[in-house]
Amino acid sequence: MCLAVPVRVVSIEGDDAETEIGGVRRRASIALTPEVKVGDYVLLHTGYAIGIVDEAEARETLKLLEEIASLSEVH
Amino acid sequence: MKFIDEYQNSELAGKLAQHIATHTTGQIRLMEFCGGHTHAIMRYGIRQLVPPTVEMRSGPGCPVCVTATGDIDRAIALARLPGVIITTFGDIVRVPGSHSSLQQAKAEGGDIRIVYSARDALEIARANPGKSVIFIGIGFETTAPTIAAAIIKAKKEGIENFYVLSLLKLTPPAIRALLELGEVKLDGIIGPGHVCVITGSRPYEFISRDYGIGCVISGFEPLDILLSIDKLVEQVESGKPKVEIAYRRGVKPEGNEKALELIEKVFERDSAIWRGIGNVPQSGLKVKGEYRHFDADRAFPVTPHPAKEHKGCRCGDILRGVALPLECPLFGKVCTPEKPVGPCMVSSEGPCAAYYQHGAGYE
Repeated sequence: MCLAVPVRVVSIEGDDAETEIGGVRRRASIALTPEVKVGDYVLLHTGYAIGIVDEAEARETLKLLEEIASLSEVH
Repeated sequence: MKFIDEYQNSELAGKLAQHIATHTTGQIRLMEFCGGHTHAIMRYGIRQLVPPTVEMRSGPGCPVCVTATGDIDRAIALARLPGVIITTFGDIVRVPGSHSSLQQAKAEGGDIRIVYSARDALEIARANPGKSVIFIGIGFETTAPTIAAAIIKAKKEGIENFYVLSLLKLTPPAIRALLELGEVKLDGIIGPGHVCVITGSRPYEFISRDYGIGCVISGFEPLDILLSIDKLVEQVESGKPKVEIAYRRGVKPEGNEKALELIEKVFERDSAIWRGIGNVPQSGLKVKGEYRHFDADRAFPVTPHPAKEHKGCRCGDILRGVALPLECPLFGKVCTPEKPVGPCMVSSEGPCAAYYQHGAGYE
């Protein structure tokens, strides 16, 4: 029920966006994320974009994961 | 970057598990609040990957599972009213009530339609002006703003035959209720990532402040979960519990302000009954004020017979983390996904369904 998947916003028309992931297109409401822009990734939950994925933070987390992994090699 | 595959790298996962193993000095017990986390943990074998010193317990974070039998009975009673179309998310249809299920009510002629979104339910109402379309609103804070948005849209566009039976629940009061019960000693909580996309991390700060244990808000890919476990282990080892966000690409401390504003606009807090926990004050959302017209509770008051629980089903204990699915005498014998006795075996987020689907080889 709390499932949400990252999808890319392809186009926006009013409160509605066309989104895409892995070639699958889906309409989504952006009533909860009115600041979204074409090209952004959003978390899609039951037909609504509930949040915008923060790409910079996503990269930071990956960097942190790699750092921790490299620490485990030292031991 | 697709924000999925990058967080599923098995080589990194192995190294993270090794990091966790080298940093745990004693036995620790963590609870993953979300059923979505339980499924990911089972699916990716995270229990086997982390050292045996890290014990994982599933929690009540499955909206379908915690819906009380009496509320299922109410939905079934609504489905039997003339001129009504029931719309709902798929999982709930198969959950047994006291004597029947929505699926059975459908077989008996009830007009029950599974929808993917509250907005689909609204479109069904628009297309059927002669019928009353009731949406069974089940979910946590993740789903609440989507239902609020649908109600606001119904009012704006004058779709007056759309109603919501709000069984929406708020997670912080349930976590507090669980910690107050104190049945299971926990050293940390893996916090609900998608709930926190909406609420932010602040409503969870009481966990470390009042109960002295950490809470790390986690994404749902295997590396997200391992990172959260690693952070909780670090907190336990350093003796500094706190509320942290490990799912930073999705969660901000303040949450989604627009979504929170819509929840405030349409709903007010009320007590709610959680399966396994009981009545939790201020943990439910009911339709308020100028939106009351859309409240199915007000428009169609039904009083089903007192709820009857199924004998032997340990869903309640499992949702509180007191028992593991395998400790239920019905698990896999009387209760299977094909013929579920309790909602924990029905829902795609249910802990029993997770153990049944992915649990082979466990223990």
